[in-house]
Amino acid sequence: MLAFVNFYLIPGLVLGAIYALSAIGLSLIYGVMRFAHFAHGDLMALGAYVALAASTGLGISVWASIPFAAAATIPAALVADALFYARLRRSLPAVLLISSFGVALMLRALIYLFFGPTPLTFPRPIVPPLVFEGVRIQARHIWIILGAALCAFILHLLLSRTRAGRAMRAMSDDPDLARISGVATAAVIRLTWVIAAVLVAVAGVFLGLDTQLQPVMGFNVLLASFAAAILGGIGRPWGAAFGGVILGLAEECSTYPLRDGAPLLEPTYKSAVAFVVLIATLLLRPQGLFRGMI
Amino acid sequence: MTARADPPALSVSGVTKRFGGFVALDCVSLEVSEGSITGLIGPNGAGKSTLFAIIAGFLPPDGGTIRLRGEDVTGEPPWRLHARGLARTFQIPRLFSRMTVLENLMVAAPNQSGERLPAPWLARRQIRREEEALRARALGVLERLNLARHAEAPASALSGGQKKLVELGRALMSGASVILLDEPAAGVNRTLLREIAEIIAALNREEGITFLVIEHDLDLVADLCTRVWCLAEGRVIAAGSIGEVRNDPQVAEAYLGMTFDVH
Ligand SMILES: Nc1ncnc2c1ncn2[C@@H]1O[C@H](COP(=O)(O)OP(=O)(O)OP(=O)(O)O)[C@@H](O)[C@H]1O
Ligand SMILES: [Mg+2]
Repeated sequence: MLAFVNFYLIPGLVLGAIYALSAIGLSLIYGVMRFAHFAHGDLMALGAYVALAASTGLGISVWASIPFAAAATIPAALVADALFYARLRRSLPAVLLISSFGVALMLRALIYLFFGPTPLTFPRPIVPPLVFEGVRIQARHIWIILGAALCAFILHLLLSRTRAGRAMRAMSDDPDLARISGVATAAVIRLTWVIAAVLVAVAGVFLGLDTQLQPVMGFNVLLASFAAAILGGIGRPWGAAFGGVILGLAEECSTYPLRDGAPLLEPTYKSAVAFVVLIATLLLRPQGLFRGMI
Repeated sequence: MTARADPPALSVSGVTKRFGGFVALDCVSLEVSEGSITGLIGPNGAGKSTLFAIIAGFLPPDGGTIRLRGEDVTGEPPWRLHARGLARTFQIPRLFSRMTVLENLMVAAPNQSGERLPAPWLARRQIRREEEALRARALGVLERLNLARHAEAPASALSGGQKKLVELGRALMSGASVILLDEPAAGVNRTLLREIAEIIAALNREEGITFLVIEHDLDLVADLCTRVWCLAEGRVIAAGSIGEVRNDPQVAEAYLGMTFDVH
């Protein structure tokens, strides 16, 4: 039982927290702009690498470098929107999706250019895990889980208690009605990018802390993030957060040795879990667990 | 020099609209005087809703002009007309279905800061104060519409008639001074119908809001409207008081098969 908590539950929650942060942004972007943002993973990687540069360059802690990560992802998202997505706003969602794929490649090329293909790690001291009654957890994992929860809580306050948040929800509910009722749609779109970029920067730093930094790190978790967003009902940030946690847990638990010692699923196939969840959701409940928009 | 009268709140002149070869509106002209409740009647398919869509900027006309208080606003997009104080309701009510009734109203309030949204991480005190003021105003409007007890209900849970009232509430929140109502009483039970009529009359009397109302229930039109325009097959066929319009032989013909009990 303890082994399950230590080796499956806690890593699952950590991965789930990262998926959740990324999936919330995808869901918000889909809700407000109605397209699948394929550059989200590479935006995440950009955030992680800029945090790495800031923490090594300035000698600050990784946590303190998160604002630097966001300071890179926010303008990157806004510029991509202004240069590419804004012009295509009236075209088919597939066209926007493909243009975001192009942006993804550009971002990744930038990362290769400045940081090279070799995996890097955040400077972090090797510390023994904290132990509570046999439950062993790395301090950084506690911070990742709490940090993601805090982000979700702040987002909740923003969406439910502020005029800007209401405008965002109105726009994802009925964009035409929002526009004709005088909602400042251009401002809502900008705000959506800012929020999604902050969340994905945090997710990138967390992912880098949990594993290592590679140019494809974000792209590797993109499928799982989409699966989480769709599982939770695309366009519903809470569903996406929930879907992220479920998916993180499912992925980690998929290798649990249930059949006398042999893992349920070989670890190399772990990333297929997201695929299976995605396909099963689309087949069985395409609207997602919480009735999304498709 | 002749003394110039104030321009009508709304004037439509020579508006034409074609859908392919079908002429939905054929050189329609009408006026809605300031502070009035004006009726727009006519059989199904006459073009009434199409005319609303054109007035409110949802559809471009193929010809003609729309003037709001004398100013030519033809072809302006809906949000600009909305900002000028012209609001409409839809024949099939359209609300933000995933938001509460109260939030539906709060979203409709004009944005003081224009195109910019207040930065949520700045000036928290001020944001909270504005939020509270906005909430109080929305609750006041709901009170007025007898919907206060549904404030926290999701908009999708309301009955058809209540949804129409929420649409009216959204128009009020936006500060509209000219409101187009598309069949406010259709499919509404008798009690709610009376209530809706009283609310419209009170808003007109107390706030001076001008209404143009599409309605099939001619008794309601008779109660509310001082002046009535009748549209049939895309043309204005009669105008005047409800008594005059009801007695017009052309109107009777347009409504062939429908009987009027003239008071
Ligand atoms: N977008 C459109 N494309 C083609 N025809 C249309 C369109 N909108 C309306 N029409 C046609 O124009 C005519 C007028 O429609 P409109 O909805 O304005 O009628 P109405 O007077 O509001 O009728 P009702 O009382 O039934 O609501 C109808 O014959 C309708 O089929
Ligand atoms: Mg109609």
